[in-house]
Amino acid sequence: MTATINRKSARRVSKVDRFLTFIRVFLVSLIVIGAVAFLAQQFAPDNPFARWRNPDAMGLTADQFKGLLMSGLSQGAMYGLIALGYSMVYGVLGFINFAHGEVFMAGAMTGFIASEKFNANGLWQSNFLLCLVLIIIMAIGISTLMAVLMERVAYRPLRNSPRLIPLITSIGVSFFIQNAVMGLFGPASKSYPQLPEWLSKQRSILTFEIAGTKILVLVVAAVSMVGLWYLVERTMTGKAMRAVAEDKEIAALMGINVNRTIVTTFAVGGAMAGVAGILWGLLFRGVTHMTGFLPGIKAFTAAVIGGIGNLGGAMAGGVALGSAESVAPLVILEPLGVPGVSQLKDAVAFTVLVLVLLFKPSGLFGERLSAEDRA
Amino acid sequence: MSATMNAPISGSSTAPALFDLDWRRIGTWGGLCALALILVSLIGMPVGLDRRMIIEGRLSLGYLALLWMPLLFGYVVSKRVVLEGVETPDPGARDVLAGFCTGVLAGLGPVLLILGIDNFNLREPLVNWGPPLLEQLTFGRGIGFGIVAWFGIGAVLGLLGSALHVLPKDVRRVISFVIYGLLSISVLEAVISDLSEGFGLESLTDEMYARRGGLTVKSSVIVAVVFGVFSMLMKGRVKSATSRYKELQGEERKRASMMLFSGVAVLCIVLPLFLGKIVNELLANVGLFLLLALGLNIVVGLAGILDLGYVAFFAVGGYTTAVLTSAESPFFAPELHFGFALIVVVMMAGLTGLVIGAPVIRMRGDYLAIVTLGFGEIIRLLFMSDWLKPYFGGAQGITNVPPVDLGFAVVTGIDPRSVFYLVLIFCILAIYVSWRLQGSRLGRAWMAIREDEQVAEAMGINTVNAKLMAFVVGAMMAALSGAVLAAKVGSVFPNSFMILVSIIILVVVIVGGMGNIAGVLVGSFVLIGVLGGPRQPGLLQEFQSYKLLIYGALLVFMMLQRPEGLVPSARRSQELHQEEFLQDAWLKGEDHDTEEAAVAAAAGGSEETGEQA
Repeated sequence: MTATINRKSARRVSKVDRFLTFIRVFLVSLIVIGAVAFLAQQFAPDNPFARWRNPDAMGLTADQFKGLLMSGLSQGAMYGLIALGYSMVYGVLGFINFAHGEVFMAGAMTGFIASEKFNANGLWQSNFLLCLVLIIIMAIGISTLMAVLMERVAYRPLRNSPRLIPLITSIGVSFFIQNAVMGLFGPASKSYPQLPEWLSKQRSILTFEIAGTKILVLVVAAVSMVGLWYLVERTMTGKAMRAVAEDKEIAALMGINVNRTIVTTFAVGGAMAGVAGILWGLLFRGVTHMTGFLPGIKAFTAAVIGGIGNLGGAMAGGVALGSAESVAPLVILEPLGVPGVSQLKDAVAFTVLVLVLLFKPSGLFGERLSAEDRA
Repeated sequence: MSATMNAPISGSSTAPALFDLDWRRIGTWGGLCALALILVSLIGMPVGLDRRMIIEGRLSLGYLALLWMPLLFGYVVSKRVVLEGVETPDPGARDVLAGFCTGVLAGLGPVLLILGIDNFNLREPLVNWGPPLLEQLTFGRGIGFGIVAWFGIGAVLGLLGSALHVLPKDVRRVISFVIYGLLSISVLEAVISDLSEGFGLESLTDEMYARRGGLTVKSSVIVAVVFGVFSMLMKGRVKSATSRYKELQGEERKRASMMLFSGVAVLCIVLPLFLGKIVNELLANVGLFLLLALGLNIVVGLAGILDLGYVAFFAVGGYTTAVLTSAESPFFAPELHFGFALIVVVMMAGLTGLVIGAPVIRMRGDYLAIVTLGFGEIIRLLFMSDWLKPYFGGAQGITNVPPVDLGFAVVTGIDPRSVFYLVLIFCILAIYVSWRLQGSRLGRAWMAIREDEQVAEAMGINTVNAKLMAFVVGAMMAALSGAVLAAKVGSVFPNSFMILVSIIILVVVIVGGMGNIAGVLVGSFVLIGVLGGPRQPGLLQEFQSYKLLIYGALLVFMMLQRPEGLVPSARRSQELHQEEFLQDAWLKGEDHDTEEAAVAAAAGGSEETGEQA
């Protein structure tokens, strides 16, 4: 009897499994064919394999490729910074703070308002570095405040409820903040003031032609990451955070103030998102109330890629995702004969998420979850 | 929140002095209220909603958006938490004083805003900072008047709010009935005037409503009196009627249900005949979203799978219909009849449900939510891309979807009544299917999975198949809705299928009551009917630019205060309040018999309401 049931259920499940295997094989062969076609194109533009799918393919010059890679990296660094917030909150509380993208947007918005004021009174032109430091501090302040308020108002009362309840709440919070910001500041896209010439001009570093802004983004992201690493690994606060992430009750028994540690976690995540917001403003200059939505989801994707709860992984995942979505459309989709590939950038990012979850749900560097969430 | 809630219990045995108030609590709530008033004002609600009148010349929706807050906060601040075994003092003058202080503090918000607007110019980032808001906040009578008025209004409303606790229960009932009555009669203005026009009673509504909208002062008094009397007459009757209905057994119950059902059915069929175009359009939209919500209710409410990419199935339905019926379909245009197309739509939806469902089905619940969200977005991006433009028309979409020719009638978007009837048929079908599924083996399997997946699996449920079935059934309902949308609008565009739609349907399901068909019905009528869908206006058209904000706030509020929804499914609410429930049972008696009896009684109640739904 049990044997028949087992066989039956095993057979049923295997249908889904077979389908999953099919999807895996399909996606991987798509990537491989695309990449091979791209390489073929690069070596001999007239070879039949390259012409087969896409007769108009031009291939990429080395400079174009490097350019794509650099913009992917700088955007990825931003995703990484946002992803840290997702990753830390997930590690500690075990739910996806969907509204974290909005914290990032708030940072970008603060930066816009402040830089606009600086621009009006001339400080932006005369002392750009001071302005930059000031707007970063302000964005950190507002984003941190927002993240902490969010935790206090919406998430703390739901601390012990089923996992999906805080997620649904955070969707509501995200919607509320988006539309409140639209109501307060209007729906039009706002643009950061012009950056000084010495910053935005192209520079050539190690044969890479790269805009100064992107270097700035990479440097700031790296500095914040080092700061965060120091905080989490070398201070008592960080130790408390790691302990709470491991097991809240035991941490409380060890004399750690769990509530305060959770607030700190949100605050640190918010600060990182604030920095990312400013970097976004400097890099793309345009900010709207919807700015946080897609980068937020992509940052979550980055956190999953790197292994959720794993801070280094989040940063690496961000960089990986950023480069993938900037390079993959041209390297994989274009040789396959897909027109208008740049429109599919976001679709590529989501496909990467599905791929990672299909192949390695625990992420590239392994997830670090609290004892109760590991199940 | 918990800290402030516990505060008033302490020191309750002896009657404390009048001014011995919990100042910290008053400060917190009053300050919050002031901040909320400032936020709402700066978001632009008072000015934007001012056009809509509730009571002619006296109260506009814009002011109402501000005024309800001191009232609510006054009510909240003097609310006491009733705990088993802890003596709660009777509400008295102290509470009213607390409400008064909260109200005064709340009034500080608008006052600060008035002074701020008068003295500083923050127009640059804040778009609503300016003379119109100042004019609105000062009631058009100058700064001094505005300041005094706001302190006064805050104090009076806070006092009234807290006084609700002191008043006897019957009086409270009458007051709440009158308020609900006034609001609903005013909000339903379009429906009521349409109806009276249909019955040839224009003179009645001409008397009732002012020319620029809103109740006249005279009629609002009459409405208030009528509702007040009505509430006294109805006292206890609704409850006894429902309990009598619940007690009915077998044949009798069946007969009563049939009568109830046929009454509703006749109402649904006859009512639209007397309604005008706008209200019928509204009903058609409500029906479309009801159909979507019923599908999502199966996925989220019954099976407990949070599918945020639900809009993908809606899009598949719309696009399949458009491709199969429209002559303008760029690649493949068989120009089938809607009925034949519908068969393909359902099959395509099922297939998409399987294809999207299979990879995500074994993921953790929250990963699944994000991945489905990704799928929803991917499908929209694909429909919009140049790549699939030769097949689906890219951003321009597919136009010229023909109206549905049923032989005896034609369903087109120009005649919203016909669309409503078509949607009604699908909705009834969907309600019947969900109702039958709920009690079926599959439905019980879904509920078991929702409660605990591992235990369900151990009980021998094939969780993967059951969850896939939930995806498929939900997808089919969404696709039907998409098909009707395509025929109604006459075209499909990728941008009609934004993630926003998924989220709004999620709000409808959650606010109504997850896992309860009646809840979903209430949710879609209240939310889509009054506030409107993602692009479709509701009865309060002025809310157009604020409704997403309200949807977000509602979602948070419901999750915090009433996760089981307005019309809860008894079983679901037990799951959500399991801990409190067990605590109550524990407090009631040491012996376990009572505990089990309480659990059994509640379970019996749940079954009954489940059937009723």
